[in-house]
Amino acid sequence: MSLDEFFVTGDPMIFASQIAIGLTMVGLIALITYLKRWKWLWSEWFTTVDHKKIGIMYILAGVLMFFRGGVDGLLMKAQTSRPEMGILDAQHYDEIFTTHGVIMILFMAMPLLIGIMNVVVPLQIGARDVAFPKLNALSFWLFFVAAMLFNISFVIGGSPDAGWTSYFPLAGKEFTPGVGNNYYAISLQIAGIGTLATGINFVVTIIKMRAPGMSWMKMPIFVWTTFITSIIIVAAFPIFTVALLYMTLDRLFGTHFFTVAAGGDPMLWLNLFWLWGHPEVYIVVLPAFGMFSEVIATFARKNLYGYKSMVYAVAGIAFLSMLVWVHHFYTMGNSATVNSIFSLTTMMIAIPTGVKIFNWLFTLRKGRIEFSTSMLWALAFIPCFTIGGVTGVMLAMAAADYQYHNTMFLVAHFHYVLIPGVVFAVFAGLYYWWPKMFGFKLNEKIGKWHFWLFVIGFNLTFMPMFFVGLDGMSRRMYTYAESTGWGAWLGFSAVGSLIMAAGFAALVYNIYWSFRYASRKVGNDPWNARTLEWATASPAPHYNFAKVPEVDRLDDFWYKKKKGETGLKKSDLKPVHMPSNSWTPIVLAAAFGVVGFFLVFEWFTLAIIASVGIVVGLVANTFDYDDGYHIPVDELEEEEREWRGDLK
Amino acid sequence: MTSHTTTPLEYKTQQSQMNILGFWIFLGAEIVLFSTLFASYFVLEHNIAGGPAGGDIFVLKDVLIETFLLLTSSFTSGLAIHAMRNHDKKGLLIWMIATLLLGAGFLYMEINEFLHFIHEGATIQTSGFTAALFTLLGTHGAHVTFGIVWISLLLVQLVRRGITEKTSSKLFIASLYWHFLDVVWIFIFTFVYLKGMVM
Repeated sequence: MSLDEFFVTGDPMIFASQIAIGLTMVGLIALITYLKRWKWLWSEWFTTVDHKKIGIMYILAGVLMFFRGGVDGLLMKAQTSRPEMGILDAQHYDEIFTTHGVIMILFMAMPLLIGIMNVVVPLQIGARDVAFPKLNALSFWLFFVAAMLFNISFVIGGSPDAGWTSYFPLAGKEFTPGVGNNYYAISLQIAGIGTLATGINFVVTIIKMRAPGMSWMKMPIFVWTTFITSIIIVAAFPIFTVALLYMTLDRLFGTHFFTVAAGGDPMLWLNLFWLWGHPEVYIVVLPAFGMFSEVIATFARKNLYGYKSMVYAVAGIAFLSMLVWVHHFYTMGNSATVNSIFSLTTMMIAIPTGVKIFNWLFTLRKGRIEFSTSMLWALAFIPCFTIGGVTGVMLAMAAADYQYHNTMFLVAHFHYVLIPGVVFAVFAGLYYWWPKMFGFKLNEKIGKWHFWLFVIGFNLTFMPMFFVGLDGMSRRMYTYAESTGWGAWLGFSAVGSLIMAAGFAALVYNIYWSFRYASRKVGNDPWNARTLEWATASPAPHYNFAKVPEVDRLDDFWYKKKKGETGLKKSDLKPVHMPSNSWTPIVLAAAFGVVGFFLVFEWFTLAIIASVGIVVGLVANTFDYDDGYHIPVDELEEEEREWRGDLK
Repeated sequence: MTSHTTTPLEYKTQQSQMNILGFWIFLGAEIVLFSTLFASYFVLEHNIAGGPAGGDIFVLKDVLIETFLLLTSSFTSGLAIHAMRNHDKKGLLIWMIATLLLGAGFLYMEINEFLHFIHEGATIQTSGFTAALFTLLGTHGAHVTFGIVWISLLLVQLVRRGITEKTSSKLFIASLYWHFLDVVWIFIFTFVYLKGMVM
C-alpha cells in the first residue's frame, strides 16, 4: 500500500482537516507539556476509577463527538440546501451520512447518557462507586479508543460509506472494497465490548449497592430507567457482537455469511442488525425519559405522578423493544402475516409511551413550575417528542409504510424522536446535574439562548423533511433536480440547521463562561431537589457520602430536608474504603485500538504482534491484588466541615 | 459484609458476591451470544452451495470422544470446587489440573476435526453453511482456550496464596464459566452434530 492510498487525498476539505487535526494534536501536546500537566492528567484522569470523573470524561468525549457529527450534518444540509449543489460529490455524501449516523448514535448519544448515568446513579442510590470501578474505566477507554479509531477513518484510509445500517450486500467486500467499512466493523466491536461491560456493571451496582432501606420501589426513577436500560444492553449487544464478527469475517477472511454468492444471506445481517438496533433505540431513550422525570418532578415541586406506572411502562417498553425489529424492513419480502404481527407489536409501544407522557403532564398539573433552563428542555421535549411518536405510529402501519419507507419522512421521524428524546434530555440533565459535577451552575441566561436557538432551529430543520418525504424524496439523496420543487423546503431546513448550530455554540460558550465567572457558592442542593445526590456536597467528594444515607421512602431526601434531618454526627463517621487508581484499563484499551487499526488494514502479522499487548494487560489484571485504601475519619471530617453547617 | 459461618468462603465479602453476580449476568450475555450463533447456523445450515453438507463431514466417533472429554472435565471442575469448599488445596489443584488436561484433550480433538473438515473440502470460505459451522464451533473452542489459559493463571495464584476469600471466588467464577461451556457443547452436540447426521 502506497502512502497516498493510506492517507485520504484529493479532497481540499479533507486535506484541510488533516492539517487541522495535525496542528491541534501538536498544539495540545505542546500546551500540556508547557503547563506541566501530564502527570496530573495521568494520575487524576487517565488512571482514575472514580465514577464521577469517568462520567465527566464520557460527557466531554460525547460533546466533542456531537461537534463532529454536527459538522457532518451541516455539510449534508449545505449540500441539499439547493438543487444541484456541488459542495459534496456522491461518494463524499455517502461517507458523511454514514459517519453522521454512527457517530450521533454510538459515539454521541451513548457516551453522553452513560456519562450522566455514571455521575448520577451511584449518588442517587447512596453508593460509594459502581460495583466494578476498574471495569468501568475500561468501558470508558474502550469507547474512547473506538471513537478515535472510527474518526481517523476520514483522513486515514477512507470513511465507511454504506450507511449507519451498513446493509449487505452493499457493505460487503464486493461492492465496498476499501478499508472504510472495516473501520465500521472493528471500531463498533471495540465500543460494543465496553458498552456490554457498562451494562453488567450497572445491573450489579443497582441490585447490590443501594443504600439501606432503598427497596426497589423507593429507587429514583432515573435509577429504574438505568437499570432497565442496562438489562437491554446485556440482552441486545451480544447480537451486534456476532453480527459484526460475521461482517469482519466476510470482509477480511472471505466467508459467506451475508454475500449473495455461495449460500450467504444478506437478510441475516438485516435481522441481526435490527435485533440489536431497535433495542438500541430504547437503550438511548429510556435513560433520557428518566432524566426528564427527575427534572420535571424537581421543577414542578411535586412528586412524580404515577411513579409505579412509570416503572411498569419502562419495563413494558423494554420488553416490546425486543419484538419489533422487522418494522425496519416491511418492504423487503416478508409475508403479510409477519408484517401484521410486527405492525401490532410496534403500535403497542405507543401505549406505555403514552402512559409516560400523561404522567409527565399530570406531574406538571397544579405544580409550582419553575422555568429553569433544565425544565425548559423537558417542557419542549413533550410536544416535539409526541410529533416523533405519532409519525412513528404512522410508520408502524405496514401497508402505509410502503409509501414512507426510506423517504425523508422517516428521517424526519427519527430525528423528531431522537433529538427531543435524547439530546434535549442530555441538555436538561447537563444543566441540572452540572453543579453536582463541577460545583457551579451553568449560566441560566446563556442557557435560554442555547434553548431557544436549538429548539427553533431543530423544528425548522426537520419539519420540512416530513413534507419533502411525503412528496417522494428518498433518504440519502445527495442532490435533486429543481423541477422536484423541494428547493424551498430544503433551503428552510438548511437555515434551521444553522440556527441549531448556533444553539450548540451557545452551549459551548456557556460552559466556557460558567467555568470562568459562575459563582462557586451553589450549596449541596441548588435546585431544592428530591433525590440523594443532592444530600452531599457540590461537587460531590470523591467518597460520595461521608456516611451512607438510610432511606425510608421514595424521595427520602425531600422529606428529611423538610424535617431538618439531613445533618451528620461526627460519631457516625467511619473510615471509607476506596478503590485505587489503575493503569490497566487505559493501556488495555489502547492495545485494543492498535490491534483494531491493524485489522482495519488487514495487516494480520502486525495485529497478532500487537495483540500480545491485550494478553499482557489481561494477565497483569488477574495478578493485581490491590485492595484499595481507606480514607481516615479526620480527613472526612475536614472535608465535610467545609460545606456543612450541620456537622455535630 | 455478611460473614455467617455457613456462607461459603467465595461469598464472604460484598465484593465477591458482586463479582459472582456480575459473572452470572455476563453468562446471560454469553447465552445471547451463542443463541445468535445458533440461530444464524440454523438459517445458513442448508446453504451448502455445492460444497459438503454436515452429514458428509461429521465423524461420530471423534465427536463422541470430544463430548466425553468435555463432560468429564465439567465433572472434575465440580470436584475441584467441592475440594475448595473443604479447604483442600491439594484436591482443588489436582482436580483443576485434571479439568485443564481434559480441556486440552478436547481442543486437540477439535483442531484435528477442523483439519479433517478442511481436508474434506469444507473450509470456512466454502459456503454459508461452513462459515456458520466454523464460527459456532470456533467461538466455543476459543472460549475453551481462553478458559484453559485463565484457569492456569488462577492456579498460579492459588499455589502462591492458598485458598483465600479472593482466590476462592475467582476459581468459583472460573468453574461457572467452565460449566457454561459444557452446556453450550451439549447444544452443539445435539443441534449441530446429531441433527446434521440424522437429517
